[in-house]
Amino acid sequence: MKTICLYFQVHQPLRLRKYRFFNMGKDHNYLDDLTNQSIMQKVARLCYLPMNSLLLNLIKEHKGAFKVSFSITGTAIDQFREYAPEVLESFKELAKTGCVEFLAETYSHSLASLADKDEFVREVKAHTALIKKEFGQKPTAFRNTELIYSDEIGQMVAEMGFKTMLAEGARHVMGWKSPDYVYANAIDQKLRLLLRNYKLSDDIAFRFSNQGWNEYPLTTDKYVDWLKGENGEVLNLFMDYETFGEHQWAETGIFDFMRALPAAALASGELEFGTVSETAAKYQPVAVLYCPHAMSWADEERDVTAWLGNELQNEAFAKLYAQKDKVRALKNPDYEAVWNFLQTSDHFYYMATKWFSDGDVHSYFNPYDSAYEAFINYMNVLSDFINELDKATAAKKASRKKANA
Amino acid sequence: MRVLMFGWEFPPHIAGGLGTACYGMTRGLAKNDVEVIFVMPKASGDEDQRFVKVVNASDVETEFGPTEGAEDLWSKISFVHIDSNMVPYITPEEFASYHDEYVKTGRRTWQHGDVWKQRYTFSGKYGANLFEEIARYTMVAAQVAKDLEGQFDVIHAHDWMTYYAGIAAKRVSGKPLVVHMHATSFDRSSDDNIDTRVYEIERSGMMGADRVIAVSNLTRNICIEKYGIPSDRVVTVHNAVRFAEGQTNDAERYVDEKIVTFLGRITFQKGPDYFVEAAAKVLKRVPNVRFVMAGSGDMMNHVIRRVARLGIADRFHFTGFLRGADVHKMFTLSDVYVMPSVSEPFGISPLEAMKSNVPVIISKQSGVAEVLDYAIKVDYWDVDAMADAIHALVCYPALSKMFMQKGLEEVEGLKWDKAAAKVKAVYESVM
Repeated sequence: MKTICLYFQVHQPLRLRKYRFFNMGKDHNYLDDLTNQSIMQKVARLCYLPMNSLLLNLIKEHKGAFKVSFSITGTAIDQFREYAPEVLESFKELAKTGCVEFLAETYSHSLASLADKDEFVREVKAHTALIKKEFGQKPTAFRNTELIYSDEIGQMVAEMGFKTMLAEGARHVMGWKSPDYVYANAIDQKLRLLLRNYKLSDDIAFRFSNQGWNEYPLTTDKYVDWLKGENGEVLNLFMDYETFGEHQWAETGIFDFMRALPAAALASGELEFGTVSETAAKYQPVAVLYCPHAMSWADEERDVTAWLGNELQNEAFAKLYAQKDKVRALKNPDYEAVWNFLQTSDHFYYMATKWFSDGDVHSYFNPYDSAYEAFINYMNVLSDFINELDKATAAKKASRKKANA
Repeated sequence: MRVLMFGWEFPPHIAGGLGTACYGMTRGLAKNDVEVIFVMPKASGDEDQRFVKVVNASDVETEFGPTEGAEDLWSKISFVHIDSNMVPYITPEEFASYHDEYVKTGRRTWQHGDVWKQRYTFSGKYGANLFEEIARYTMVAAQVAKDLEGQFDVIHAHDWMTYYAGIAAKRVSGKPLVVHMHATSFDRSSDDNIDTRVYEIERSGMMGADRVIAVSNLTRNICIEKYGIPSDRVVTVHNAVRFAEGQTNDAERYVDEKIVTFLGRITFQKGPDYFVEAAAKVLKRVPNVRFVMAGSGDMMNHVIRRVARLGIADRFHFTGFLRGADVHKMFTLSDVYVMPSVSEPFGISPLEAMKSNVPVIISKQSGVAEVLDYAIKVDYWDVDAMADAIHALVCYPALSKMFMQKGLEEVEGLKWDKAAAKVKAVYESVM
């Protein structure tokens, strides 16, 4: 019996508006509310609502035998609340079935794990509290932004008390090893790792509707045969939730495929479904995984160069995290809100200049015409934020002095 | 005295300093009692329109905005529009891409064949490439000169694209020709990389002319040294500047720090990279300064990368291409204006900055440096000197105050009336 671990990532960034140099010092509305609202409502209509209802029906139908796991960023949940509250309600419905696990991650889908341990911990705690509040579950499993993982990030996650963490089954890290087993962190072996089977995951997420693919069309039977044919104990199918209805449109048959998948898998008698934590607990780790350098699930390289791969990204990243102490000391929720959404990894993704093999994916998600435009706009916003932050910090110091005198 | 002038478009539809200069010069000439028949290319949207039209002065009035009190002036200027999609400062490559656009939008077509044979009856189609279009323009210009025979005493052609037109008009009419060098091929690209076709037109235009007017001594020297034009035939007449009325200098400021501005095309000739290096040096010493690069161009991405690598992106901002009111706003927001051009035949923008009460730093390799006293002049490559000058203007209010006051006086003295009088003297010398 092999366990299928279906995990979906739900995220929507808060997109910045066109913020020009002339706006600096004058207005501090950084967000493109209209775009954020229309994208959220479009994706809700195409993906979140129909897919949630499909999963709910499947869970009811299979009476506890079909299970899935989610992680939903704080930025996405905030936008549900604002623009599509029915989506949040439907996730709560799923939570009530007992067959859905919600994972912890960073609140704002940030790269904090690569910048600053304190900030990383704060982001994760904020997200954990949010999940507890919305879904009544205290997460025990963790997924980092874009599946970014290294031995040290794993250690930080273990320190925070998580038992399981997701990572990419990246070829350059795995070597001859198979992602279809449970592994352990190299520094703290109590932390179990589930590694994404990128081949089987991307068959659904990327290749499903590709008519040039020699396996097209992908049927449930064919796919279940592939699952049965894998050697191993766990089959980790991790993908963006927006795969369903948004990246792969309803017309491609993706919903029908998913509707038929559980029954076909369960009927085989060789496959079962498990949530992330259940799956990790069920099997003994076969080995420790050594991963000294950060990897991710993005692009051919499976590294972090999609976000921190050129001088533009490095500069914006360094300038952003240099503000951490000021934001922390200020303890002002308005500033913290901006601080949060500026950390979202998507802003750095827009500044990527590696447009070659993965250019299609990059440009698909990119509201800017070029990396340079993305950088200029982000830096204008960040510069104005730094300015306001400095002013507020000085004002606070002055008032404290007055109070002491 | 009457001039047949081959010029470029007038404000507000201008592509660069050339249109502005033609406008100011024409007005100045009118004030000096010179009558001007102004021939210019104008791409018309309507295929059925006659491709040459003579526009009377009152029509031009409405086209170019109100000019109360100048009626007597405008009576001295008449306009001839030649239907052509030529614009100043265009390279053959750019022209090709514009032309592709015309073709794509389907608004205009052109016909193949020998343009030289199509003569005056040419049916309003544009040439397929810049040189073909210049040839066509030349033919039309010759016909215009013939039609207007006896109505002018001298011919004046601006910039290389109209030089053949000027020569053709000279042959048809036998009147003397003055060509005006606003820029040379060597200002448009580096020495070893010039467009030889353009160079050849420039050279033969100057050789065929009775006089060459250069916008600065810098340009005059290039004409003599690099084109081999006899020095006694080249005269320098510095450009002047004419400012729009009623512009105020009080834009609201929302940023507390001092702002140092670069405004222009972000291309090799404008020296944007030297500005960046100087900015980094200044920011090491004085943190409360912001640098702004306004404009766009083929070096923009390179510059952005350099700014990021230097780690100054939170203090160095890009506005993209600015037009109209935003340009003026940018000047009024500035505390220091820097023009680090590697090669600038004249350079009008520092004058606009000074008019907005902004102290300027200009490169010694600009023509405008020859006429300004109240500007700090540095070699474009000397980023230490540039940084030092920026630092001084930002940190020593006494200095910037002096530059603001004296600079304003100085720039207001640069009148087109005076420059036009010199141009008139050139006309007289060849008649």
